Amino acid sequence: MSESKIIDACDTYCPGPLMELITYMKQANVGDTLELLSTDEGSAADVPEWIHKVGHEVVSNEKVEGVWHIKVRKAK
Amino acid sequence: MSRKIYIICVSGTREKLQMAAMIASVAAATGDEVSVFLSMNALPYFVQGHAVDAPAEGELGALMAQKGVPPFKQLFKYAVELSDAALLPCSMAMDLMRITKDELDPEVGPPTGLTRFLSDAEGGQLLTF
Repeated sequence: MSESKIIDACDTYCPGPLMELITYMKQANVGDTLELLSTDEGSAADVPEWIHKVGHEVVSNEKVEGVWHIKVRKAK
Repeated sequence: MSRKIYIICVSGTREKLQMAAMIASVAAATGDEVSVFLSMNALPYFVQGHAVDAPAEGELGALMAQKGVPPFKQLFKYAVELSDAALLPCSMAMDLMRITKDELDPEVGPPTGLTRFLSDAEGGQLLTF
């Protein structure tokens, strides 16, 4: 069964949020959803770029009260 | 297809080490093959027990010291973990410092000469900090 996990990378700067996401992506199973929380504006654009490049799936990317919520599904 | 990225670190300032480490970690995260040559004032930071706080060159370096920026050594370590990036200590700098490989951080690879590094880097992308 696929799982969902929240990774809080608020208050860290590029490429901290990406590195945190990758650490958890390595441990996740295919089909799992991870939600990255980040206050870094650069990462809000950069993390989805990485997700596309390596072949995972961006489920959603939205800013809620100053925090970016980037949901990604592990595709492979 | 993965690219080959070769980085030469010679500066001991925070900004340059940080930029080199950012490139190494992000390139490694996207599957690129990364080799980092550590020489001159960059090498001492990779000697076990050496201070890890590099002096700031200017305004951004000072800001990075106060904010939640991942330390450059942590980013280099990510690069090694993510794609087996090679951190190669310059054999000339090691001779000058009179240090052996055993005195360097465990993630640092074998002592490497500049001739060998440049020969490996032929045709790849070479960045110097």
